Amino acid sequence: MNELAGKIISGDIRSIARGITVIENDDAGSALLLKELYRHTGQAYLIGITGPPGGGKSTLVDKLIKLYRGQKKKVGVLAVDPSSPFSGGAILGDRVRMQQHATDGGVFIRSMGSRGHLGGLALSTSDAAKILDAAGYDIIIFETVGIGQSEVEVAGRVDTTVLVTVPGLGDDVQVLKAGTMEIADIFAVNKADREGVERCVIELGQLLSIKEMDQSTFLPPILQLVAKDNIGVAELASAVGKHREYLMADNRLDQKRKARLKSEVHNIIINRLDKWARARLTREMEAGEDLEGLYQKRTDPYTVAERFIKELQI
Amino acid sequence: MPNKIRILIAKPGLDGHDRGAKYIARALRDAGFEVIYTGLRQTPEAIAAAAVQEDVQWVGLSCLSGAHNSLFPRVVQLLKEMNAPDIKVFGGGVIPADDIPGLKAAGIREIFTPGASSQQVVDYINKN
Ligand code: B12
Ligand SMILES: Nc1nc2c(ncn2[C@@H]2O[C@H](COP(=O)(O)OP(=O)(O)O)[C@@H](O)[C@H]2O)c(=O)[nH]1
Ligand SMILES: [Mg+2]
Repeated sequence: MNELAGKIISGDIRSIARGITVIENDDAGSALLLKELYRHTGQAYLIGITGPPGGGKSTLVDKLIKLYRGQKKKVGVLAVDPSSPFSGGAILGDRVRMQQHATDGGVFIRSMGSRGHLGGLALSTSDAAKILDAAGYDIIIFETVGIGQSEVEVAGRVDTTVLVTVPGLGDDVQVLKAGTMEIADIFAVNKADREGVERCVIELGQLLSIKEMDQSTFLPPILQLVAKDNIGVAELASAVGKHREYLMADNRLDQKRKARLKSEVHNIIINRLDKWARARLTREMEAGEDLEGLYQKRTDPYTVAERFIKELQI
Repeated sequence: MPNKIRILIAKPGLDGHDRGAKYIARALRDAGFEVIYTGLRQTPEAIAAAAVQEDVQWVGLSCLSGAHNSLFPRVVQLLKEMNAPDIKVFGGGVIPADDIPGLKAAGIREIFTPGASSQQVVDYINKN
């Protein structure tokens, strides 16, 4: 076995950190590392925390770490913040709220820049979770970039999705209507110390009541929290536990994870094809021939694309 | 994609002056680096542990309170103990010129004092 993979499985912190860098940068050894680690994964339970920026996600994650540590569970956190589309740089600040756990050997926190990936996570967040999973972390928490209408990817990548919202955003429930409503297994109305909680809870309840449901549907609970004062966090953790039990019954968790694996394979294909297409196009277009031909209407974009695709024999 | 340079910016000790650290963090982001900011009042232990988990190439320490002579070398020492001597430490803040040689001897690569431009800092990282 590859030396790095072995050290990751043994739980060596430096190697776990290195492994995440390898996959994050898509270094040469990335696929090989993930192939070796794959059969050691599947033990961890994955929780996604999503919601608007400033809603208290990081604060909540900090409290959840504390709670799960109290249960002697090892906790991994992957916290994603947006990368600047202009410089490609990023300020990753989620750690600020979780630093009390920095020196706890049972907690591993990693900040990730979205690096241009849309959907609320980084391209490599799921693979980073595999590394933590193989290293023996029991609970892995994803904190997404603040949610908008397209940041729903997390739901397809974790076992339980928690949507954090706050009262008084006005258009907040509006945002939820437009597609994020469906992704929540649990609603956490945070900052319940503020005015407007009741209204927010009622509006969420009304939205939920129009959701299509039958007897086997998990009814997402709507919880009130004051994350900064650790109020409602234990209730949230127990709701996560209930959702997990729901998934364990009737093989729902297996089905969910199988669907996830299928989409992982799909993504690997798409990403490789994308990489190939970029490289292929750069090579061809730099020769200038096709681009000029296209521009002068000697050929058309479909014909050029089809010629490239033929090389792939698909 | 060329490998991203990741830099941890941290405020060790009880010092509450964070303007300089935030200013430097933004400048580094605008130069294309990934900056992990850990906030105020960090122990050297928490800073070193975070640097290892985040797998940064650099740790930038900011101190305006006068406690740099004990805090900065401690971070270098802890990184060595955590099997991460390759993580480079640099820093800035209100630091008397007389203290700089001692800090460098203790393994701090470079020190930037008030008036240093963000471009100087960015150029330094790009060159080292
Ligand atoms: C603004 C200020 C404050 C603000 C801070 C606001 C904030 N959130 O940051 C307030 C009013 C709160 C404050 C309070 C105090 N302050 Co005051 N404060 C200053 C002042 C005037 C400017 C600091 C500043 O923001 N500069 C602007 C930033 C951009 O510059 P900078 O931090 O120096 O950063 C530059 C470089 O140093 C370098 N750099 C800094 N960090 C890093 C990190 C890296 C990685 C790199 C590469 C570079 C780098 O790059 C930056 C760009 O050039 C300085 C005096 C001065 N001229 O420095 C005193 C000063 C720092 N304060 C001082 C003191 C004593 C205090 C108090 C103790 C006063 C009191 N008795 O209450 C309190 C303590 C606060 C606390 N909790 O720690 C003293 C410190 C004395 C010492 N070191 O021996 C100073 C030097 C004033 C003095 N001459 O006496 N202060
Ligand atoms: N009033 C109030 N503020 C909170 C609560 N939870 C978190 N905050 C504050 O909200 C701000 C943003 O929190 P953060 O966790 O960084 O939000 P994130 O962007 O969603 O990760 C911080 O200043 C927190 O202290 C809460 O329950 N009530
Ligand atoms: Mg956050």
